Amino acid sequence: MTNIDNLIIAKKKFKSRLIVGTGKYKNMRECAKSVKLSGAEIVTVAVRRVNIIDKKKPLLMDYIDPKKITYLPNTAGCFTSEEALRTLRLAREIGGWKLVKLEVLGDKKTLFPDMIETLKSTEVLSKEGFKVMVYCTDDPLMAKRLENCGASAIMPLAAPIGSGLGIQNQTNIKIIRSQTNLPLIIDAGLGQASDATVAMELGCDGVLVNTAIAKAKDPFKMAVAMKFAVLAGRQSYLSGRINKSIYGSASSPEKGRI
Amino acid sequence: MKKVNKIKIKINGKYIKIQDKITLLNLIKKLKVPLKKVAIELNQSIINKNSLSKIKIKQNDKIEIVHFIGGG
Repeated sequence: MTNIDNLIIAKKKFKSRLIVGTGKYKNMRECAKSVKLSGAEIVTVAVRRVNIIDKKKPLLMDYIDPKKITYLPNTAGCFTSEEALRTLRLAREIGGWKLVKLEVLGDKKTLFPDMIETLKSTEVLSKEGFKVMVYCTDDPLMAKRLENCGASAIMPLAAPIGSGLGIQNQTNIKIIRSQTNLPLIIDAGLGQASDATVAMELGCDGVLVNTAIAKAKDPFKMAVAMKFAVLAGRQSYLSGRINKSIYGSASSPEKGRI
Repeated sequence: MKKVNKIKIKINGKYIKIQDKITLLNLIKKLKVPLKKVAIELNQSIINKNSLSKIKIKQNDKIEIVHFIGGG
């Protein structure tokens, strides 16, 4: 395996191509251990109100050190461009974060992104100097428009957030791959390790996983599985797979048969 | 004894009464909020953390104090 196969986002290099979400875990300890086992170097985090009454509540930063792991502030739960912009501007103020994940939702049931609001927000944030990784539909035209608006990474969904369905439209992901040199990261909807491998074999640069790890019966085992699934998929993609054939091709030579 | 005037403000969606003419920095200190790990908004404007000591809180001010938590 080569050691120069880094994931590069907004000129920053990462060895791991697995990004892990930090929501839905039983507790911070379980979350931190899962992140460690996954080998992820980037974690998504949400921006929420501080509990000013109960100050003994554990803080994420006490469990996952932002100096060692890159925090990727996310606008999860935002339904308008205004909310998303406000959230990310606050995130930047916490400690200078410029690399962010934009997610503007359009429907409470499917959690599909509202691409009109997403495009508007990407344009504004890019102009303000943010490096925006954008959660989006798997529509190649929208992906292109995001790229033109200054996105730093394209993050199409595999399936609805938390659904565990795996990649629903491999063809679209392939088309998006063929048209962009931006980092392409599958975000949302993966359910098991093999889904991550498929994403990587399609040529994606990385995957973002939260629920599939956090809600597995054993999150630690799934974190490890995802780590190796991403590595396997990446190597498989780089290896240049054989052509498919409807006929067989013997593995042993004919010559010398008894 | 000097009478302390109190004012009503809203922090993170909750109304509280605090001493009049207190600065934003002193309020944050009183709440024991770790300044390095939060961002602060006053009446929907983000406040640069270096200017907290210069800002005096007024009646009906709305303050938001946010931090990072686990999320997808």
